[in-house]
Amino acid sequence: MNFKLLTVGGMAAMALSVSAAALWADEDAELVINGDMEMIVRADAPAHLDGALNTVYSGWVFRSDGTQAMQTDDFENPGMLFAEQGQQLFDTEMGANGESCASCHENAESLSNVRATYPQWDEEHGTVQTVEMQVIECQTEQMGMEEPWGINSGEMLNVTALLASVARGNVVNVAIDGPAQETWELGRDIYYTRFGQLELSCASCHEENYGNYIRADHLSQGQINGFPTYRLKNARLNGVQNRFRGCVRDTRAETFAVGSPEFTALELYVASRGNGLTVEGPSVRN
Amino acid sequence: MADNVTPRVRVPREASAGEAVSIRTLISHTMESGVRRDSDGNTIPRSIINRFTCTFNGESVVDVTMEPSISTNPYFQFEAVVPESGTFAFTWYDDDGSVYEDSADITVA
Repeated sequence: MNFKLLTVGGMAAMALSVSAAALWADEDAELVINGDMEMIVRADAPAHLDGALNTVYSGWVFRSDGTQAMQTDDFENPGMLFAEQGQQLFDTEMGANGESCASCHENAESLSNVRATYPQWDEEHGTVQTVEMQVIECQTEQMGMEEPWGINSGEMLNVTALLASVARGNVVNVAIDGPAQETWELGRDIYYTRFGQLELSCASCHEENYGNYIRADHLSQGQINGFPTYRLKNARLNGVQNRFRGCVRDTRAETFAVGSPEFTALELYVASRGNGLTVEGPSVRN
Repeated sequence: MADNVTPRVRVPREASAGEAVSIRTLISHTMESGVRRDSDGNTIPRSIINRFTCTFNGESVVDVTMEPSISTNPYFQFEAVVPESGTFAFTWYDDDGSVYEDSADITVA
């Protein structure tokens, strides 16, 4: 693969290159899961990017052969173990009303359009909601749970992994207009704002330098179509906003909190940058 | 007692006589090593799968002794020569005495 060739002979080319994308135009690895589920790992950039990117790439494209292979087979994908636990939680009664997710939603497959369209505007609450916020809403308003799951809790990650797994192959298409536009614009502002002592914005790495090395690893475009992600570095599922927090922390900034309005706005914006890619969570990354 | 312990196996449905087929197995298990401590400083008791076996029509294919440093959700992949149609039987032995079993049939055309 071209990313890997960069290590050996690409240093000169990298120095000359203005746009990293030009270096891997012939990049052609395709992601097919279980032999029949075809994913879109590269797509024309959505119009709202206005030429900032020509093509959007799933983070899968940037990973090593071994890591890529793990995601091509559910048996090899450790994230699917968590999705299975999510299925058990889906069928478990919780809260004062003795209801499970399945009481209303029948099965996870009936929610297969969720992952591809969230975060989305919630008319009743007058805010943009992530999948996690929607789950918490169900738990507190429908199921009578006094202490809903934390956004970053194991239960929440397992259930969101389930919701992602049943949505695999669906094309990400979050709405950025109408009532969501204000939130989306806040997210865009955050994306392009330099944070921390290192004065890095999201765009510094994920728009201007994707494909290049950061320490011993290739920068991706920071697409979130594969979340929640099973990371080999910590052998567990990782949520989107927790990943944001890790990124912002690494710029040596005080980060926004998981579940904060800022990160929700950023999640909507980053999700919209991946409009056109397919949902592939739970994905495997390093 | 370990929670959420589920064995899984992948065995081809068909093979030709004498063919070496690839078998994959995985059991979800915490594989608690017995040397970690919880937030109060107390040792978390060891709880692992200590033995894994596979037989084909009653004949041993592999018999593995497992030690505490093996990671969570132990995964085994191995090859077995299939002389005839039959059944692979898989057994995992837990420290707590639980025994988990799974099996898969294979047809030799």
